[in-house]
Amino acid sequence: MKAYFDGLIGWIDARFPLMRLWNEHLAHYYAPKNFNFWYFFGSLALLVLIIQIVTGIFLTMHYKPDAELAFASLEYIRRDVPLGWLIQYMHSTGASFFFIVVYMHMFRGIMYGSFKAPRELIWLLGMFLYMALMAEAFMGYLLPWGNMSYWGAQVIVNLFSTIPWVGPDIAIWLRGDFAISDATLTRFFALHVSAIPLAILALVMLHIMALHEVGSNNPDGIEIKDHKDADGKPLDGVPFHPYYTVKDIWGSVAFLFLFALVVFFAPEMGGYFLEPDNFTPANPLLTPEHIVPVWYFTPFYSVLRAIPDPQFGALAMLLSILILFFLPWIDRNPVRSVRYRSQLYKLNLLLFVVTFAVLGYLGFNAPTPLYSELALRFSEWYFLFFITLWFFSRPRRNIERLASLVVVLGLISLYDVVRMEPGHEMLVFLGWLMPAAFVAIMFLGSGVEKLGRDLPVPDRVTE
Amino acid sequence: MKRAFLLTALCLGLAGPAFAAVGAELPGYQVVVDLTNRASLQRGAKYFMNYCLGCHSVKYSRYSRIGEDLGLDMEMVKDNLIFTGQRVSERMEIAMAPDEAERWFGASPPDLSMIARQKGATYIYQYLMTFYADEDRPWGVNNWRFPYTTMPHVLWREQGLQRAEWKDAENGNGDKKKVIEGLTLESPGLKTPEEYQQLVVDLTSFLVYVSEPARLTRERVGTWVLFFLLVLGGFAYFLKREYWQDIH
Repeated sequence: MKAYFDGLIGWIDARFPLMRLWNEHLAHYYAPKNFNFWYFFGSLALLVLIIQIVTGIFLTMHYKPDAELAFASLEYIRRDVPLGWLIQYMHSTGASFFFIVVYMHMFRGIMYGSFKAPRELIWLLGMFLYMALMAEAFMGYLLPWGNMSYWGAQVIVNLFSTIPWVGPDIAIWLRGDFAISDATLTRFFALHVSAIPLAILALVMLHIMALHEVGSNNPDGIEIKDHKDADGKPLDGVPFHPYYTVKDIWGSVAFLFLFALVVFFAPEMGGYFLEPDNFTPANPLLTPEHIVPVWYFTPFYSVLRAIPDPQFGALAMLLSILILFFLPWIDRNPVRSVRYRSQLYKLNLLLFVVTFAVLGYLGFNAPTPLYSELALRFSEWYFLFFITLWFFSRPRRNIERLASLVVVLGLISLYDVVRMEPGHEMLVFLGWLMPAAFVAIMFLGSGVEKLGRDLPVPDRVTE
Repeated sequence: MKRAFLLTALCLGLAGPAFAAVGAELPGYQVVVDLTNRASLQRGAKYFMNYCLGCHSVKYSRYSRIGEDLGLDMEMVKDNLIFTGQRVSERMEIAMAPDEAERWFGASPPDLSMIARQKGATYIYQYLMTFYADEDRPWGVNNWRFPYTTMPHVLWREQGLQRAEWKDAENGNGDKKKVIEGLTLESPGLKTPEEYQQLVVDLTSFLVYVSEPARLTRERVGTWVLFFLLVLGGFAYFLKREYWQDIH
């Protein structure tokens, strides 16, 4: 039996680099042995991608991309297609889980400095993947043709009309009409099921190729290639197969357990994954009380709403996404992992996570004066994270600390003076304390030896 | 750091989004929907076909689907639940034209296929429980849960008529305003209050079921899927441990 199998492999190998690919990417690809919990999310993203593609293909067989039929065809899938409800819930839950997994994956990259040299291209390709995923999710969300689909698409497409000069024309070009309509639905369908998935698959391939060229980073943020044995194998590495294949199988099953919990027991996830307003068909005459995007867009939606002027709001939102692309050039501190960064860096990173979560929460709720003020202040914290990262890139002199503080706080105060409205002085002043405290702690605190000093990085990976 | 992150994620998940509906929640009226109670669902289907389907379609569901899910054979569905001469495989549509309905009622009665997914079971229950007599309204009734509703109290013969008890209250701005304190039954209907409450529970349960028929199966299937994944996860974990024990 084995002889026959080897014969078959040999036959293929003479015609296609099967074993070479297998060895290069799995059996002889050495990964650091100290991967922790956070390193599951790369393979999990691949798993969710496969779930989305397979369930998506089955949905396409029953779905009708037509403004008259789309909503009913979705109910037909949920009610009349055998196991259609399962496929549909897997797809809708998969969309939300995709973002959970990707956010964890990105956070891992930030936390352990995986975006730093020589892995900048992996990060950039990953950011392009994230953008493609956002486009894919946004267009897919229109397809059920529910009322929130309709109004959500309306709001997002209108963002493009804030571009100076050409904006309104671009919005019409995107919609194919003067309002969201059948023309919009059919083109979003085409993009959702073919163009963007193809781009995503291509980018995933490039992302993995780039990763396997330089090798994985690890929680200690040190190169395992620097210490090799006599055979040239990294001392702190293990072959991806079988070690990480069996580990990722375990991770995948644990993930699928959580996934199944939602699919079978809470597919609406309390209104976060499937919104109540989307169970009524699209109606151009009936605006939902609060138009909110799905949860994974709400942090950026908060940044958008934080500035009342639509043009500057849209610009701030665009910037809040684009700034992530430049992370490798913003944070140039040679210490990669959070484990060996200063106390203040740890605080900065923690506040970034809190900020992202709070912005997400605010984006889900109606913009009361208090919430709008908070959205603005947390948006400032969001950008201050990056400014502080850049500041921490190398040791700073006292004069630099003071100058940075004055410039940053001055700009923020200037904006507060410009936007000040009578009756809101107290709110604005109390809000001002947030960025003020942030820059004071980060810029001045870095002068304190204990808070601002990075720790010595070990030579070999720990554990 | 990791713990703080998970904690934040958890807090975010617990603080539910505010999905407001017209009118205010009524804490005094709470309903527990039990979809495993098949008799209740069958009664709910009966009441729905008798009282509601004249004006409210359930156009995304078929009669046959309801028969299958509620354990009724097609003859029974045909003889007892279909009053329009439709076939069991047809969708539950109505004959009333929307524009005429709008002229008669002020608003066309909505399709109820997904009403429970839009508004929730509590809303339906409270709406059907809190009609009260109001001479100023065209149909002689108003509603506590959904003030100024355009729907007549279709179930008045079953429930009888309730009267609203008013009291003075202050809102946040210090303005005085009359609000409803409670409802009392003024003239009894054919059913006792307990029987009527059961009727509304049955109807609510039916509407929850019909807005997502798959719910009857998905939780049952899901239990087996979770069980399978638990066993598979056990094997996967020990396989991983077996391989990894020689590393370090």
